Amino acid sequence: MSQPTLDIHKIARLSRLALTEEEATRFESQLGKVLEYMSALEHHDLSAVEPTQHAMPIYDVWREDESRSGFTAEEALANAPRQSSGQFLMPRVVEE
Amino acid sequence: MSLATETIVSLRKRLLSKEITSADIVRDLAQAIEKKNPTIGAYLSVDTEAALKEAACADVSQPLGGIPIAIKDNINVLGQPCTCGSKMLAENYTSPYNAGSINRLREGGAIPMGRANMDEFAMGSSTENSALGVTRNPWDHERIPGGSSGGSAAAVGGDLAIAALGSDTGGSIRQPAAYCGCVGLKPTYGSVSRYGLVAFASSLDQIGPITKTVEDAALVLNHLCGKDQRDSTSLDISVPDFTASIGQEIKGLRIGLPKEYFIAGIHAGISAAVHQAVKQLESLGAIIEEISLPHTDVGIATYYILAPAEASANLSRFDGVRYGHRAENPVDVLDLYMKSRAEGFGPEVKRRILLGTYVLSSGYYDAYYIKAQRARTLIRQDFTEAFKKVDIILSPTSPVPPFKLGEHQDDPLAHYLADTFTIPPNLAGLPALSVPCGFVNEGGKDLPVGLQFVGKALDEATLLRVGHAYEQSTEWHLRKP
Repeated sequence: MSQPTLDIHKIARLSRLALTEEEATRFESQLGKVLEYMSALEHHDLSAVEPTQHAMPIYDVWREDESRSGFTAEEALANAPRQSSGQFLMPRVVEE
Repeated sequence: MSLATETIVSLRKRLLSKEITSADIVRDLAQAIEKKNPTIGAYLSVDTEAALKEAACADVSQPLGGIPIAIKDNINVLGQPCTCGSKMLAENYTSPYNAGSINRLREGGAIPMGRANMDEFAMGSSTENSALGVTRNPWDHERIPGGSSGGSAAAVGGDLAIAALGSDTGGSIRQPAAYCGCVGLKPTYGSVSRYGLVAFASSLDQIGPITKTVEDAALVLNHLCGKDQRDSTSLDISVPDFTASIGQEIKGLRIGLPKEYFIAGIHAGISAAVHQAVKQLESLGAIIEEISLPHTDVGIATYYILAPAEASANLSRFDGVRYGHRAENPVDVLDLYMKSRAEGFGPEVKRRILLGTYVLSSGYYDAYYIKAQRARTLIRQDFTEAFKKVDIILSPTSPVPPFKLGEHQDDPLAHYLADTFTIPPNLAGLPALSVPCGFVNEGGKDLPVGLQFVGKALDEATLLRVGHAYEQSTEWHLRKP
């Protein structure tokens, strides 16, 4: 953690972000500095401390198993950039 | 005098005596917005006609009946835009539903009016990260209004709104409220429904009011809190009348000053204003004690690991398929995702998604994400220990006055470090209030200073009591830009 290595192209792929070369260089340098700052966490021994996910420990929240109305298909599609025949339109994901 | 300059409390009296109508308020606000918004840029859009329609059938017997409230542009209001200050949602998104907080406000009789500018997806503390417009501080147009709820705070501080809703993940209500001379309240995590708030960091986000007085904040909070089945983290507890604690004295109240907060790096004028406020609170009968929050030094690192991690997951929903920006002519589905997101998101959002993805990625998850979750435990424990000794913790809201626009644009870390005092309450889920406590003079302009009170979980009543007592014993809240 003290010597962070950040492969910006790999992280961009995982992030589903197409970066220009200029962005890749800039972000790599800026995030490098931010990660260096994160070494503040090294100042404390954290090994025996339980992690906290949420400020309020609420678990297993269920609702009654009853049907509820939601969006109609028309409402759900209203903001879609592309739609066709009552469905979201996107590039083919299955090989022919 | 325009009704836009008034508080909820004063307008309520005039509405009930039938001296004015809700439509009068909407019209005066529309006029103030027309005059000032081209300079201040607090709003991205305002639908005056829709507000007038609601005003025409307002039930002024309701606690917020006929009061227009500006809404940060990341909270869904049915039929209105919800851009999140991003190109991603600017083109063709219309909210198909009301947020839980908006339902609650409407039940109280309020009228959502206007969409307030913000840092893109609430990431930032200057509102400079909005892709859709510049917001200026009403006290000095060359300076930032703070952020991310900068539009909400500039609207209230500049008398372009009576009150506003903001959202606060690491200070995004309190810091802009401080910078614009307003009151800002981040409620206890789980108090206000997050349903319909476009998620940034789900374990930290809370909606809250930005107002002109503490009493107004109490009034709005009454109509924000409450269980919402659609937000699994919303707390199932009864909502007290928060205005009941307004006006009660603070004699004997124990106020803690964290010794770690009053160190080098605080602007001298801010330090002086806060120390003057401490004396004022003492004269009102409060007992001041030094306390320790020993893990203050890891607050920012913890936050800037956890918040981007959660953001990187939350923002994966923007894929160019169901809503939001979609790139033209993608070669395949991966190309659609990569290009749509590259074109739709601005630089700070990209930085945080990249950072969040990195700290969650294989090989770094334990070193960063889990470690930050462990540090979060220590920060929570610090507060638990401190609240055994005191009722309220006091600090500056921000260690520095508002930057000049563009001053730190290429130095994200400088912006992050200004969040030192506002981040810990989010990590611990605690309520916190910012109240005006003076001014610093920079370049011939008076800039407001904010005083932050942090309370025990669900003890907003004490926060509002001390905030109101302090506010009413000073005249800071009466000054106008």
